[in-house]
Amino acid sequence: MLTVPGFTWSRPTSLEAALAEIAGTDRGDVLVIAGGTDAVPNLKHRLHEPKRIVHLASVRELRKVREQPAGLELGALVRLSEIAGDARIIRDYPAVARAASQVASPQIRNMGTIGGNLCLDTRCTYYNQTFFWREALGFCLKKDGTRCHVVTQGKRCVAAHSSDVAPMLIALGATVEIANASGRRMIAVEDFFVGDGIHNNVLGSGDLVTRIVLPAASRGLPMAYQKLRPRAAIDFPMLSVAACGAASGGLIEALTVVVSALGAKPRTLGQMDAIAKGQAVGEPVWEAVAQAAHKQCRPLTNVPYDPDWRHEMVPVFVRRVLREAFGGPR
Amino acid sequence: MSEPKGDKPAMAIPKGRAMPREDRLSPPEWEGGRSAPPNEGGFRTIGKRNRKLEGLAKVTGRAVYTDDLSLPRMLHGKLLRSIHAHARIRSIDATAALALPGVHAVIIGKDLPVYFGIIPWTEDEQALCEDKARYVGDAIAAIAADSELIAEEALRLIRVDYEVLDAVHDIESALAHPEWKVNEKASEGNISKKVLLEFGAVEAALDASDEVIEGEYWYEGSTHAPIETHCALADFDPTGFLTLWSSTQVAHYLHRDLAKVLELPTQRIRVIQPTVGGAFGGKSEAFSLEFCAAKLSMVTGRPVKILYTREEVFYAHRGRHPMQLKYRTGMSRGGMLTATDAKIHIDGGAYSSFGLVTTYYSGQLLTAPYHIPAYRFDSTRVFTNKPCCGPKRGHGSVQPRFAFECQIDKLAERVGLDPIEVRRRNFIGENTNTVNGMRITSNGFPQCLDEVERASEWGAKFRRMPYGRGVGIAGSMYISGTNYCIYPNEMPQSAVQIKLDRSGRATVFCGISDIGQGAETVLALIVAEELGVDLRDIRVVAADTDLTPVDLGSYSSRETFMCGNACLDAARHLRETITTTLGERWGVPKGEVVLAGGQAVWTRDPATHAMSVKEAFQAAEAAHGTLGSVGWYQSPKLGGDYRGGTIGASPAYSFTAHVAEVSCDEETGFVKVERLWVAHDCGRALNPVTVEGQMEGSAYMGFAEAIFESQDYKPAAVGHGFGLHHGPSLLDYRIPTSLDTPELSAHIVESIDPEGPYGAKEAGEGPLHPSVPAIANAIHDALGIRCDRLPFHPPAIRALLRVGDARANWERARLQIQGAKSGGGGC
Repeated sequence: MLTVPGFTWSRPTSLEAALAEIAGTDRGDVLVIAGGTDAVPNLKHRLHEPKRIVHLASVRELRKVREQPAGLELGALVRLSEIAGDARIIRDYPAVARAASQVASPQIRNMGTIGGNLCLDTRCTYYNQTFFWREALGFCLKKDGTRCHVVTQGKRCVAAHSSDVAPMLIALGATVEIANASGRRMIAVEDFFVGDGIHNNVLGSGDLVTRIVLPAASRGLPMAYQKLRPRAAIDFPMLSVAACGAASGGLIEALTVVVSALGAKPRTLGQMDAIAKGQAVGEPVWEAVAQAAHKQCRPLTNVPYDPDWRHEMVPVFVRRVLREAFGGPR
Repeated sequence: MSEPKGDKPAMAIPKGRAMPREDRLSPPEWEGGRSAPPNEGGFRTIGKRNRKLEGLAKVTGRAVYTDDLSLPRMLHGKLLRSIHAHARIRSIDATAALALPGVHAVIIGKDLPVYFGIIPWTEDEQALCEDKARYVGDAIAAIAADSELIAEEALRLIRVDYEVLDAVHDIESALAHPEWKVNEKASEGNISKKVLLEFGAVEAALDASDEVIEGEYWYEGSTHAPIETHCALADFDPTGFLTLWSSTQVAHYLHRDLAKVLELPTQRIRVIQPTVGGAFGGKSEAFSLEFCAAKLSMVTGRPVKILYTREEVFYAHRGRHPMQLKYRTGMSRGGMLTATDAKIHIDGGAYSSFGLVTTYYSGQLLTAPYHIPAYRFDSTRVFTNKPCCGPKRGHGSVQPRFAFECQIDKLAERVGLDPIEVRRRNFIGENTNTVNGMRITSNGFPQCLDEVERASEWGAKFRRMPYGRGVGIAGSMYISGTNYCIYPNEMPQSAVQIKLDRSGRATVFCGISDIGQGAETVLALIVAEELGVDLRDIRVVAADTDLTPVDLGSYSSRETFMCGNACLDAARHLRETITTTLGERWGVPKGEVVLAGGQAVWTRDPATHAMSVKEAFQAAEAAHGTLGSVGWYQSPKLGGDYRGGTIGASPAYSFTAHVAEVSCDEETGFVKVERLWVAHDCGRALNPVTVEGQMEGSAYMGFAEAIFESQDYKPAAVGHGFGLHHGPSLLDYRIPTSLDTPELSAHIVESIDPEGPYGAKEAGEGPLHPSVPAIANAIHDALGIRCDRLPFHPPAIRALLRVGDARANWERARLQIQGAKSGGGGC
């Protein structure tokens, strides 16, 4: 079978100890693991070759779900299956539960965490392969090489953001807490990601995702998440759409639509105020948003299945998500 | 019938191949025939819903697979594989690898130079490529080290100097570039095998047909994806004796190939097949790992284990051949088939494997369950620079069956008949011969059609559901074992020894290969039925060349029929001994002594004349000495009287019909197969539970090929050459999950075959065939599009919806069948 490379390993029992362990280390040298469902296959494929692994399983303080004035606070180690089954989340943020429930398989959701899902490494058909396969192909610029096989003249990695939960968190305006040995800061999940496929988030040396807050203001708003995947389980999204908005008296007051599995970061659709704000809830506006999405999103060959078909599916899934969020035919 | 053209002697079956003596071809006659129960009052064990013998061990984690085995001082082996699709190997430098601490040996092609291959006329493989690599992943060196990790690290230190050659991508480039020779053993360009056979006057019959449908079809390649990857453990001891444990389904052929390649006498090799975690045809010949583990053990003097990664299984492959199929099929206005003409191109990958047989099967197995008055097929298998294709469940005949059953659907629509009715009208019948000379005995195909028609509520659904929903029908036939051994010889195809003793326990020794289908259980059921022993008191010792008599292995759906017959005879010999003993002791006719339910009794007065079977065995052992028996099976001489006429000949054929129901998402192109109704004529279901399991598993596998699977390779692009598998993992090669799987309904049809054990025929492969065309035909009923190319992926469905006027086709098909019905011509 595929082997795991050699490394040293530690299992801190408090957040403080964990932060102390990773403080000042080089990002490539230390790999932080929560559930390990993404990291372990990547180790076997030699995509990560850390000197040391820091396993967070025993940091109990990051396992809690708490009601806070700002909203519902999720510790980074809350498992995806817990999120999918949490009664408060199902009631107030049903699309977050839905997104978590669509990750991989029951076994993986029982191990995988919300923090890990947020930090999921970007994916590419030319990258998530064995060492042998990548060698036969010619190593790519994300790991061991200099060439991009997706955009052949490209100098920047376009591996796809593939988290199911993140687009939904962005759509409803969630925030994420990042801690390191010298302090902590809170940023919007939207600002957590950057457009660099090699390292697609703002985490720096010594940083750790510790908490995610689902904002109180978004409770009970119309929201929905759908993903395009060939199989009803296991598969990463080949396209994902999340939407959250507000309507009053049949008129749209606000709308955020996030499309992902395109490039290195989720894409928040632009011009929603111009297209949707003040419009009557219903098919004409959904169609206008869907067409805008089709113009703004361009799938690449980084994700399996024909990119032209995936492009054709962008408006289909946007319409479906909006209908689901605001009621009406699916 | 015309003589085949274009046959190359090097790859043809020689005329007059060896046959056993005629008297050996008639199995022993038993009272009531082979299909009758041994005791008065019907069957006690056969036909009842019994557990598989090994089921509990598997689900409780107690079953021992090859990789579970570990020997003292065992080393781990790994193979170095080619990163090029086609490259000459100029030199290999393993100095740095050998210098790595923990590395014990490196072997390369010249260490195992002998060519091998499952078909004796096409031996074209070496355990490690000596001069040339022929696909990305072809094995070129092997390492033995203290651990897998060290072996893997050492692989990266081997330097190979390659001269990259032009690669053959597909059928077209194989034919266009004979000078880019993939396989030097091919006598002409990249042609692996050509078969052209014609039966009757095809052109004249097509000219005279009222309707002729011409179509081109594409069947995509797919792989077996067994859960257990290939594994071999070799132990060459100081006396010069080799023991090899392997996850194989053909221990006997592996035994022969090991002897040949390792240049050891067969009597100094023992092959053992531990529990196998699925095979489906993907383990039915010898692979590099078995030779390399053995050779590395010989070199190091230590046991060596090699376990393939999932990726390596995709390179070892031997999966379903991609086929390009052109068919012309004629029909009369009354719905009778007139003639079929097929031109087939087969993408074989880099080596021959079973390719000679595949090429014949692509035509030979189409000629039932329908009567085809005139038939021609022209099949060509080519070599390409890709992993080698081979036998996958339904070997060679699933692809043509797809094309042909779609053709029948189109013809039925053309002549305005219900497609089930068309299939009924063309039924070939029982006890007859096909146009290509295959003998058909029992045939329950009409009952299969009745079953699926009734169970699916066909009449209320076909052409009557809203747009996006539909049903489709298809039928098929398959072999219950091939009539002849792969290598010519006069010895039995299957043999069984049974040991009985005073403990009351029965042990069955047989080379039978259980790969999860329940083959060992079949033997136990037969012994339980014949000797009255409780199933728990029977041990089956299987597939161990030191302990068990030869059976050829688990391929071509032969185990139940052939080993079952061998076992039936062995058990009946013992039964005869025991009932004779008791008959004499009690002074009653032996025919009135029953062995059943753990008891031996005189049927006329069980109260006074009874004992346990254990006591009966003791009485027999006292009277006759140590109890043991042998039984064997050899099929009768069958097949057409022409070159290749024996390929496709089987002592019995199974028959299947499916109805598929689909719902389609017009907007995305997703096809959801809601349900598959599977009716299968298995002769007699010895254990309905396992028969249903085989039917469901087969239907699942066919459905998976229709909707999900494809063994794809990356085209050449800037920075890399052709031939890299698109994603050799179970994440990227998508087999359906339980959530994707349709509701499966298995309907057993029993035709009671005159020559099968208790009337049984096969159930392991036949039920796969109709899945794919039934789904294609259902998609037409749902959307008005014809899916002539696999797989039916959403982008392909969307493309079909874009090009034609699907709605209009759909409307037309509805009106026509409803019009035909009111006119009295339909169902």
